[in-house]
Amino acid sequence: MEYLLMIYERESDWAALSEEARGAMYKEYYAFTEGIRQSGHYKGGNPLQPVSTATTVRVREGKTMTTDGPFAETREQLGGYYLVEAADLDEATGIAARIPGARMGSIEVRPIQKM
Amino acid sequence: MTAVEQAFRTERQRALATLIRLLGGDFDLAEDALQEAFAEAVAAWPVSGVPRNPRAWLVSTARHKGLDRLRRRSSFEEKRRMLAWTAPRFEPPDVSRLEGGYDGEMGDDRLRLIFTCCHPALAAEAQVALTLRTLCGLSTEEIARAFLVPVPTLAQRLVRAKQKIRMAGIPYRVPPPELLAERLDAVLCTLYLVFNEGYAATGGPALLRVELCTEAIRLARLLVELLPEETEARALLALMLLHHARRDARLDAAGELVLLEDQDRSLWDRGEIEEGLALVAECLRRGGARPYALQAAIAALHARAATAADTDWRQMAELYRLLLGIQPSPVVELNRAVAIAQAYGAEAGLQILDALEATGALPDYHLLPAARADLLRRLGHAAEAADAYRRALELAGNPAEQRFLTRRLADLEAELAAGRRS
Repeated sequence: MEYLLMIYERESDWAALSEEARGAMYKEYYAFTEGIRQSGHYKGGNPLQPVSTATTVRVREGKTMTTDGPFAETREQLGGYYLVEAADLDEATGIAARIPGARMGSIEVRPIQKM
Repeated sequence: MTAVEQAFRTERQRALATLIRLLGGDFDLAEDALQEAFAEAVAAWPVSGVPRNPRAWLVSTARHKGLDRLRRRSSFEEKRRMLAWTAPRFEPPDVSRLEGGYDGEMGDDRLRLIFTCCHPALAAEAQVALTLRTLCGLSTEEIARAFLVPVPTLAQRLVRAKQKIRMAGIPYRVPPPELLAERLDAVLCTLYLVFNEGYAATGGPALLRVELCTEAIRLARLLVELLPEETEARALLALMLLHHARRDARLDAAGELVLLEDQDRSLWDRGEIEEGLALVAECLRRGGARPYALQAAIAALHARAATAADTDWRQMAELYRLLLGIQPSPVVELNRAVAIAQAYGAEAGLQILDALEATGALPDYHLLPAARADLLRRLGHAAEAADAYRRALELAGNPAEQRFLTRRLADLEAELAAGRRS
C-alpha cells in the first residue's frame, strides 16, 4: 500500500534553530531518506518552500480566485512530504516515527486511494 | 433455542475471528459471509444433523461464500486486493486441520481480533464499540444503550472504524514483540473501560451493566490464557474479579449506594475473591511494580479483610505511595490520603487533601470535596464538613452518589441544628 507522510511543523520552531542545529537536522533527513531508499520504501518526497510562498487557487462559478498564502492559517504548517510503499499501517507509522521532523512536529499518515 | 441457534451462538465469535483473517482483514465481508453460512446451516442442519465440529463447518462454508463475494465484485481494486490477500502471508490454513479442531490456530485469531479492535489508529470509543460488537457479540442497540449514545451515532462509529481498518491498512495480527507491550496496554485500557462502564452504573439497564463486566472479565481471561507471560493482563483480571466480587453488596435494598466500609462482606463472591487473590499473589511473585499489579494488590487488601476494621491501611497507604511513583495522578493521591487517614488519623489525611485541593488539579471531581467532608466530619468540624458536602453535591453526576451525599449532608445539618457539635 502507498501512503503519503505529511510533515507538519511550526515554521517558527524551525527558524529558531541555530545554524548548527539546522545543519544537523539536514544531515539526519539525508540519512533517513537514504535509508528508506535502500529499504525500498521510498517512492518520492520533497521539502516545501515556506507558507509565505504559497498561493491558493479556487474556482467558483467559473471564476478563478487566486489569493496569497496557504488555504488556511494553521498552528503547524506543511513543510514537506514523503510518498512511501509499506505493507500496512504499522509499517507506515513506523517509518513516519523515524522522520526527524516527528520529534518537533506532527506527521500525518494518509493511505493513497488507488483508482 | 434450536440446536442450530445454540451451536451458532457458541461458535459465532471464534468463527468470526478466524474468518476475518481468512478474508483478508475485512470485518464486513466476514460478517456477511458468516451470516450466509448461518442461513445455510439453518436449512441444512435440521436435515443432516449438527456437524461434529460446527465451528469448522461454519468457517469453511463462510470462507467459500466470502471468496465468492470477492470474485463477484467487479472493480479491479477488489480483484487486486483478493490476489494480494491470498498471497503467502495470508494463506488460509488447510481446511482438514480446521475440521480436526486445530484450536491453537483459532485461539490466536481471537487474539488477532482483540489487538486489531484496540489498534491505536482507532479512536478510543471506536475501540470499545468494535471490541464489544465483534468479540462480545453485543448488538449495536445494546452497546448504544450501555454508553448512553444514540444508536445511529454508535452504528456510524462502527462503520467508520471498520472502514479505517480496511482503507488505512491496519494489519490483522498480534503485534510483533517490539510493539506488544504498548499495544497490550491499549487492549487492557479498553477492557478496563468496558468493565468500568458496567461497574460504575452511570446509566442503562442493570442487566446490561453486569453483562459488560462479565464480558470484560471473559476477554481478560482469554488474554491471560493466550499470553501467560504478560503479568499486567493477569493483574487486570485480578483487579476486575476483586471489584466484581463486591457487586451484590454495593447497593442496598432501596438501590442506594453502600460504601465499601459499610458493605455486608458475606455478600461478596468468595469464589471470585479466591481467584483474584491467587492471581495477585502470582503477580507479586513475578515482581515489578506495574500499575494494574499495584491496583490489584490494593483491591486484594480490601478483599482479604474480614471486616473494614481489619483492613491493613498502612500497607494500603504504602501501595498507593508506590502507585503514585509510577502513575502520578491526583486521583491516586486522593486515595492515598484516604488510606493515610485510616492508618494514621483524619488530621494526617486532611493535610494531604488540603494540599491536593490547593494545587487545583481536581476542580470538578466530586470525590475530593466528599473525602474532605468525611474527614472534617470525623474531626468534629461539622459546619466545614457540610460546606464540603454541598460542594461535592454540585459536582456529583451519578444519581446514587448524589443521594448518598444528600443523606450525609442532611445528617450533618440535623446535627448542627440540634447543636450537638461545634
